[in-house]
Amino acid sequence: MSTDAVLWTGLIVWALAFAANLGLSRIDAKGGAKRSIDLLIPILFGIGLLALWEGLTRGLGVPTVILPPPSMIWDQITSSVPTLWADFKQTYLKAVIAGYLMGCGAGFVVAILVDRSPFLRAGLLPVGNLVSALPIIGIAPIMVMWFGFDWPSKAAVVVVMTFFPMLVNTLAGLTAAGRMERDLMATYAASYWQTLFSLRLPAAMPFIFNALKINSTLALIGAIVAEFFGTPIVGMGFRISTEVGRMNVDMVWAEIFVAAIAGSLSYGLLALAERAVTFWHPSNRSARA
Amino acid sequence: MASSRELATPGGGSGFWPIFRSLRSALTSRALPVVAVLLGILAIWYLGAVWLNAPFAYDVAARSDTELSFAELLSQTMSQQRPVLPAPHQVAAEMWKTVVEIAPTSKRSLLYHSGVTLSSTLLGFVLGTTLGVVLAIGIVHSRVLDRSLMPWIITSQTIPILAIAPMIIVIFASQGITGLLPKAFISMYLSFFPVAVGMVKGLRSPDAMHLDLMRTYNSSRLQTLLKLRLPAAMPFLFASMKVGVAISLVGAIIGELPTGAVAGLGARLLAGSYYGQTVQIWSALMTAALLAAVLVILIDIASRAVTSRMGVR
Repeated sequence: MSTDAVLWTGLIVWALAFAANLGLSRIDAKGGAKRSIDLLIPILFGIGLLALWEGLTRGLGVPTVILPPPSMIWDQITSSVPTLWADFKQTYLKAVIAGYLMGCGAGFVVAILVDRSPFLRAGLLPVGNLVSALPIIGIAPIMVMWFGFDWPSKAAVVVVMTFFPMLVNTLAGLTAAGRMERDLMATYAASYWQTLFSLRLPAAMPFIFNALKINSTLALIGAIVAEFFGTPIVGMGFRISTEVGRMNVDMVWAEIFVAAIAGSLSYGLLALAERAVTFWHPSNRSARA
Repeated sequence: MASSRELATPGGGSGFWPIFRSLRSALTSRALPVVAVLLGILAIWYLGAVWLNAPFAYDVAARSDTELSFAELLSQTMSQQRPVLPAPHQVAAEMWKTVVEIAPTSKRSLLYHSGVTLSSTLLGFVLGTTLGVVLAIGIVHSRVLDRSLMPWIITSQTIPILAIAPMIIVIFASQGITGLLPKAFISMYLSFFPVAVGMVKGLRSPDAMHLDLMRTYNSSRLQTLLKLRLPAAMPFLFASMKVGVAISLVGAIIGELPTGAVAGLGARLLAGSYYGQTVQIWSALMTAALLAAVLVILIDIASRAVTSRMGVR
């Protein structure tokens, strides 16, 4: 196909997908039809986006250094699966997951402990809120010095990055249970731990899942950026920084693709878990009805 | 007893004690816990410095065949050239030296580096906030824009921009664009999202009753926007701006990493990590933290001023 044909095909496919989406979003469907429309709209949007991207980059002759077309990125992905898998294993399966579990776990446990002392809670909430806003990612070079080049240093960065959002959100969530419900637990002669497990923790779950979701994106970014400061010759951050130096932008986009998939999947899994755990919450109840 | 009765009568007393008392209760209920927590962190930091730097001190002592007393150990762990963890006062001294004693025009001054980072942060933040507000106004007023723009905005954030910041910088550089703009672009890309999402929520926050009232006044869409929607969105705007400015600073710092370590707090971090200058890394880090804190607090002050002018308590 000539470049003009590619350009116009891309534009037309995008316009069709766009028009179809506008039409679909006007339909007032119920039940199964609504669910399939809800699924169809993002798929059509994705197809339109890819067609537009392919058509514009190839049709207008955009240099591949600036933005390679999706077909070229896909070729790169399929031809370098072993490298991508090794990078994914190093960065995500080792550093991100270990750091995420430790950081979120530590934040949660500390919040439960601190919650018993109103004085500590009053002190830690503002400090924790402020620390969550700080550029914590800057500790990456220090962690690389302390824990070496391999994944533990990246996990350490992730631990520190995820700790404070979890701490602050859990502390806020533990105060979410109402006065009435607490009084009810008191009239049942419930112990501190009984109140905690059957009332206050369930009430805190929306806040905790909020932190888990924020942290899932923070963790991936933290691990990748920490690899810019020193790493063995494997890992997503390492691959991105070296391939940029060699102007192999399609390989960088392949890594971005893997990162986006991993990030979206973990976010989606958390959202599903949240629905299952906080089925009682108004935002989920109305979605079911 | 007399003084407490004096306080109990309204308008009685000198007027000084009630103020003092409310001040004192504010201090004990708010400031005291925060100060205690900060002091605790400082204490942990000192303990960590002693614990982490002790092996090196013992090593030096063993080589010169001397025994270290505890006091000597303490003083040595606090004064190493390249400590594993510098003590807080070492970092403070380095910051004092590089902020106050060196002229701000020098490349060794932290003020100079902070200025570089701050300028791209603020440029990106202002651009991002403006873009976010404009997008939100469009989305709230047009069904077509709502359906067509919202998916793009969400898709844009699936790309981990911080992770590919080096690529953005290199691509801009290959087009001959260097300096402030590429870093500001990263900050803008990061900060427009929370503002857009928060503002959409905020502009839609007025009650149906209030919107109906505006309609009975026969007000135009612009009037409704200016007199009802925008004021109602202010708390949302400021909350998103706090997130946005913090993330803008992170974006600017990460954006400075691949520029060949020329200027900015990020470059300072990278140079420090290359040459093992831990004190330099920590002072750059503390400066960045201070900068972030000041920016967030400034927005908080602005938010309080605006909301109190609007009559919100």
